[in-house]
Amino acid sequence: MPRRLINRQPSKPTRVALGILPFLMLIAIYMMASHQRLLENPSDKLLPAMSSFANSIERMAFSENQRTGTYLFWDDTVSSMQRICIAVSISAFIGLLFGVANGAIPYIRAKLSPLITAISLIPPMAILPILFIVFGLGELAKVMLIVIGIAPFLIRDMQQRTLEVPAEQIIKAQTLGANSWHIILRVIVPQVVPRLISSVRLSLGSAWLFLIAAEAIASTEGLGYRIFLVRRYLAMDIILPYVIWITFLAFVFDFVLKKTSQKLFPWFHGSLKES
Amino acid sequence: MPYIAMKNVSKEYGDQVVLERLNNRVEQGEFITIVGASGCGKTTFLKMLLGTEVPSRGQILLENQTLSPEPDENRGIVFQRYSVFPHMTVLQNVLFAKEVAQSSLLGRLFGAKRKQAMEQSLSMIEAVGLSHAQNKYPHELSGGMQQRLAIAQSLIKKPRILLLDEPFGALDPGIRKDMHKLVLKLWRQYKLTIFMITHDIKEGFYLGTRLWVFDKIRNDPHAPNAYGAAITYDLPVGACEAKVFQEIDQNLSKTNTAQKNIGEQSNG
Ligand SMILES: Nc1ncnc2c1ncn2[C@@H]1O[C@H](COP(=O)(O)OP(=O)(O)OP(=O)(O)O)[C@@H](O)[C@H]1O
Ligand SMILES: [Mg+2]
Repeated sequence: MPRRLINRQPSKPTRVALGILPFLMLIAIYMMASHQRLLENPSDKLLPAMSSFANSIERMAFSENQRTGTYLFWDDTVSSMQRICIAVSISAFIGLLFGVANGAIPYIRAKLSPLITAISLIPPMAILPILFIVFGLGELAKVMLIVIGIAPFLIRDMQQRTLEVPAEQIIKAQTLGANSWHIILRVIVPQVVPRLISSVRLSLGSAWLFLIAAEAIASTEGLGYRIFLVRRYLAMDIILPYVIWITFLAFVFDFVLKKTSQKLFPWFHGSLKES
Repeated sequence: MPYIAMKNVSKEYGDQVVLERLNNRVEQGEFITIVGASGCGKTTFLKMLLGTEVPSRGQILLENQTLSPEPDENRGIVFQRYSVFPHMTVLQNVLFAKEVAQSSLLGRLFGAKRKQAMEQSLSMIEAVGLSHAQNKYPHELSGGMQQRLAIAQSLIKKPRILLLDEPFGALDPGIRKDMHKLVLKLWRQYKLTIFMITHDIKEGFYLGTRLWVFDKIRNDPHAPNAYGAAITYDLPVGACEAKVFQEIDQNLSKTNTAQKNIGEQSNG
């Protein structure tokens, strides 16, 4: 008798093939639609042909820009990646520091928790002008936007994770002679770090959102800046490859975090269903 | 001078009286098994010995000193679950106490000190029979192995009192027998003073030196919270007869049914 659908697992090659299929279908649909439009109007810009993509990528990524003498695509990538990496690292550090302090020490929690809840409710985009006024139009304002956008979430999440460390463990540590600092350093922090990585993975989407928004408004290079710059010329042949590239970078970022966490914290992933 | 003395100890939560007027003394090296109906306050009593709860009235003295109101090195504990650190291997779990004792800044040891602490930890791991699993994480251990680890972890500290709250309640009977042998062996070897809660009254009759039964002396069916439990039997183990055993068993099941009825009434 065939097993129930929920119990049937595809083999590895089948899984890969099934995963690729939707992508191939999307590309095929695009190519047909683009072909149709270009037949009707050869100067149509909305759905460029594959050859125009190849041209644009060649121009942006593999040939020197005449004005600057550099490769625009890689310049954009480096500045965006720098911004997001710095901002996410700072946010993760703040999240861990304040989250654990809040979760572990009632006197700190009483003081900071209401403030952090209030800050996390401010829509970050609404204070973007303030950031530009205070920090200028340079790198700092863009990094700050991302930090303000995701750090409060990380702090609150880390506070919650810290509170979830079973009371039994905290009591046990005390009976083993540990003081508050030992408990934070050896019992709480090692247990919340893998959870911090999962929260960072969840907040990456927002981080990209804030990065691109900041770059769109005030910047001279960056992936988001470029997309909004060429939008004026309806340059879909540049926008679409950039979007795909950003998506790919986001995927790699997430993947690296996941693998690092599995490598470093086998005890955490040992008892967990992975997505 | 008794080792542990309880003087008129009562505990209330709001208007619910859980324990009332406990008076007793315990000598060093005794092994006390505690039984009683569910919800009668056994864990509450253990928490007061541990220091996570304080008596509402009266006091508990350890060698004439009031117990400190937070857990400390004098009292080791093994809970029913969650008392080992999931992010540390068996060896690291046992090593932990040594590390925090000798390194106040990092809580970690290096070099010769670490080597010495490792040796002590390994012999403790061997004493509970976990040598083959010393590098495993708790999620890779069975329930019984985790509890053995929890015991080793506490014993390395040589606590003056060891508190066990249904430590083997989740294990199946065969393994439970092995664990009892282990606890008895360690109790003799390290000259411990042990309080152990169990829900299996038969265990109480062959483990340790004394059996305490917690039960309500007075019961008002209209105000089930008005009276608390006390120690209704305090028996030397080995010297009691089958009749006493049956009597206790009956009393306990009576309290249990009474409570169940009350529960059903308030639910319905
Ligand atoms: N923190 C608390 N606040 C209010 N009531 C509590 C608290 N802790 C325990 N109680 C109440 O005290 C009573 C005794 O609880 P306790 O956990 O000591 O029972 P127990 O004898 O250990 O039961 P079991 O055998 O089921 O573990 C229960 O009725 C419980 O509802
Ligand atoms: Mg209990």
